[in-house]
Amino acid sequence: MKIFKAFISVAITVALIWAMQTKFGDIPPVGAFLNPATGFWQNAESKNIEPSGSLKLKGLQGKVTIQYDENRIPHIFAENDHDLYYAQGYITAQERLWQMDIQTRSAAGRLSEVVGAKALELDRYHRRMGMVYGAENTLRGMMKDPVMKVVINAYAEGVNAYIHQLSPRHYPIEFKLLNYAPEEWKPINSAFLLKLMSETLSGGSNELAMTNVLNKFGAKVTSDLFPDYPTREDPIIPAGTKWDFKPLPIPQPPASFKAQMVAGMQTKDRVEGIGSNNWAISGSKTATGFPILANDPHLDLTYPSIWYQVQLSAPGVNVYGVSLPGAPCIVIGYNQKISWGVTNVDADILDWYQIKFKDGSKNEYWYNNKWNKVTKRIEVIKVLGQQPIVDTVLYTVHGPVVYDNAGIASEDRKNVPVGNALRWVAHDESDEFKTFYLLNRGKNYADYREALRYFSAPAQNFVFASADNDIAITPNGKLPLKYKDQGKFIMDGSDPANDWHGFIPYEQNPTVKNPPRGFVSSANQSSTDQTYPYYINWQFAPYERGKRINDRLGAMQKATIDSMRVLQTDSYSIRAQDLLPAMLNNLDASKLDDTQLAALKELKSWNKDYSPNSIGASIFATWSNRFYRLTWNDSFNDKKTLLNIPTMDRTEELLIKDPNSIWFDDKRTPVKETAADVLSRSFNSTIDELTRTHGKLGTGWAWGKVRPFEVRHLAKLAGFGSGNFESSGTSSTINALSEGHGPSWRMVVQMGPQTKGYGILPGGQSGNPGSFFYDDMLQTWKDGKLKELLFLNSATEKSPRIKTTLTLSK
Amino acid sequence: MLFPLILFLAFVSGYLLPWWAACILAFAAAFFFGKTSGPSFWSGFAGFGLAWIALALLKSFPNEHILATRVAHLFHLPNWLLLLAVTALIGALAGGMSALSGVLVKRVFEK
Repeated sequence: MKIFKAFISVAITVALIWAMQTKFGDIPPVGAFLNPATGFWQNAESKNIEPSGSLKLKGLQGKVTIQYDENRIPHIFAENDHDLYYAQGYITAQERLWQMDIQTRSAAGRLSEVVGAKALELDRYHRRMGMVYGAENTLRGMMKDPVMKVVINAYAEGVNAYIHQLSPRHYPIEFKLLNYAPEEWKPINSAFLLKLMSETLSGGSNELAMTNVLNKFGAKVTSDLFPDYPTREDPIIPAGTKWDFKPLPIPQPPASFKAQMVAGMQTKDRVEGIGSNNWAISGSKTATGFPILANDPHLDLTYPSIWYQVQLSAPGVNVYGVSLPGAPCIVIGYNQKISWGVTNVDADILDWYQIKFKDGSKNEYWYNNKWNKVTKRIEVIKVLGQQPIVDTVLYTVHGPVVYDNAGIASEDRKNVPVGNALRWVAHDESDEFKTFYLLNRGKNYADYREALRYFSAPAQNFVFASADNDIAITPNGKLPLKYKDQGKFIMDGSDPANDWHGFIPYEQNPTVKNPPRGFVSSANQSSTDQTYPYYINWQFAPYERGKRINDRLGAMQKATIDSMRVLQTDSYSIRAQDLLPAMLNNLDASKLDDTQLAALKELKSWNKDYSPNSIGASIFATWSNRFYRLTWNDSFNDKKTLLNIPTMDRTEELLIKDPNSIWFDDKRTPVKETAADVLSRSFNSTIDELTRTHGKLGTGWAWGKVRPFEVRHLAKLAGFGSGNFESSGTSSTINALSEGHGPSWRMVVQMGPQTKGYGILPGGQSGNPGSFFYDDMLQTWKDGKLKELLFLNSATEKSPRIKTTLTLSK
Repeated sequence: MLFPLILFLAFVSGYLLPWWAACILAFAAAFFFGKTSGPSFWSGFAGFGLAWIALALLKSFPNEHILATRVAHLFHLPNWLLLLAVTALIGALAGGMSALSGVLVKRVFEK
């Protein structure tokens, strides 16, 4: 009996301990996670900060001094390049290891290894679209460059030096939640980050949806509703700028393309602009007489912040700005001589090619009048708790066939055409970090131009300002040389005439230096006017933000840091300015009830500013959105076929010039509707909707309440985000906060004999939810303010803002 | 006698060893010093519970409980004190069972 009792008790104890160490479903192992010795409690960082520390790291060649300021921003001083990037890797990993791991894992199609089969579809997609293939090619390109080889390898060594001395109790909390351990960091991971950026910024496509439109409505309607240039535009390179180069011969479309377009005038899912802004104004328009540069790149706002602030200094370089956790150098920033920033170009660097296979075995495909062998690439996807999945991807001359049969196509990716090969600049060998390496050390305009040559994808609008009073902007990257509209639709993959015809020479990418108007700017709109000889894309982000920036900068004199700050947080709506008068003109007020009349009055008196307390903004946002959808839904909402919907720009033009257009007629009703009918219906449903969800017309309808905003944790973990807050702006205003996107970094730099930078992150430097530096900058960001950035000239410079000094040595 | 010993072992090992190592220590402590099953269980229970509370609070106070609050919300608990209670309860159960096992195994060898 005694033995039995003892046995039962021991068995229960062992089972209990086992259960506490085991993950069930999505619940972390409770004992491992909750125990205070090694569990999450260990991640609670103390408010008390050590004023100094020192570490021995074998991989270093010399001594490195790191000064941390009050926001835990590291200022790294090294004696050579190797140690500089080694320290950058080490310090970044210390704050952001899990973010680095999960992002590169996602890009590499390896999420299933740690979260199980639920990530299988995403992993498979990333493998099949060639993310690994592209990263391998980029790594090869970087390793061929002796300078970048040192940089990339030193960074990886630094990250690994941190990982190797990390004990399980100090693993970032997300590793504990997901119950896995950090692994060795590889140089290819930095390339994976580039691929992730390329996917975010140029990985969308609407070619299938456009091809479907062409097949359904014919070429005439397609050209009419999807013109190659918007009605309203204010291009990045000022209209009328002369092109001082002799262009290459422009490729001719093959006969089949023309036939497709001419026959009775009878082929991408792309998100309309996430929205980034940058500009530089010349010294002639500033109070100090020296240029000012501003940049706010918009991306998904998350904790940890997408960017990591750092100052990097070694012989030949002293630069401040933001870096991508997992990659060396500063991406957006300034030194004492130059400053630069980026926004996305929206160039069409991704195309689909219809592939004709010889037979069901899919070993051969038709191209250039003969059968060609496919190359097979085996992708092995490890899955937690399951056997690994082995996937064979077919590669053609164009690139990988993403989905070769409908069976594997994903319901979530309706825009990926089945049986088509993907041609994407991000697949090519490249050396993008070299651009940043050179910009970090740049001294003048010539250095800027030289640095841009190395940038491949995703193409960016590089804005520039220097202390010697130059400003410039260049939509830049490896841009395919195409015939007009090449890649607007899916192409025939058997005809070499549809191949890309090389690339636009770098020096002929659109660029402008010191334009007469005294400023340069970009907000993802069209790169140029219609005189630029090359085809970049038929569709860019809408022009409204660019227009507002240009209007304001044009009027600005004696500009200061503060004028730039105010402009970055501007939420005046050019869209409302363009569209609202026409909407109101076409609305018959005589049929409205009291609530509707009161709402109309509110709307008429609205100052067109998406401020948090604006009721007009909520009414206009809802109404214009409903009007847009109601106009197109009957013809373009097809459950079986994915169709691209005409832009807001085209819809505006129809309303203003052709309110009786057939497109306003709802084909599902016997009567013929006009724009007035669509506006009236959508207005009524807007007021009903707002009343139903936000109560009676009043403060409940304020924009900040109708459209709450949250900075969420990267893994969308409840409790790890910012919580909802009220904010201004929408996707078509400069402060483009919308659906989780927004200004992921705001920076303003005043050039001069003493260049000064100002900036703010919507979060903090630390990736640890248990750190005081996880979200310490959010409030300043929400308030629309900037912090003066601490730029140290030497490791020994004193500043009351320095809180900790860390010394690294061999 | 057993209670302060387990409390001491669970607390000190929290700085040096994985948490389950303290279970073996509690088992051993009860094996050598435990007398009856009830008090042994409760010594392990309270020793572990209190040690875990102390270890957790030593981390959480200088942190002003910001992490504990976030994790509490993650598990849909209204505040960090409840999370601490859950933590203590889980530790206490493991400690109690380990000590109980220790004393019951000891009985097997007793005449």
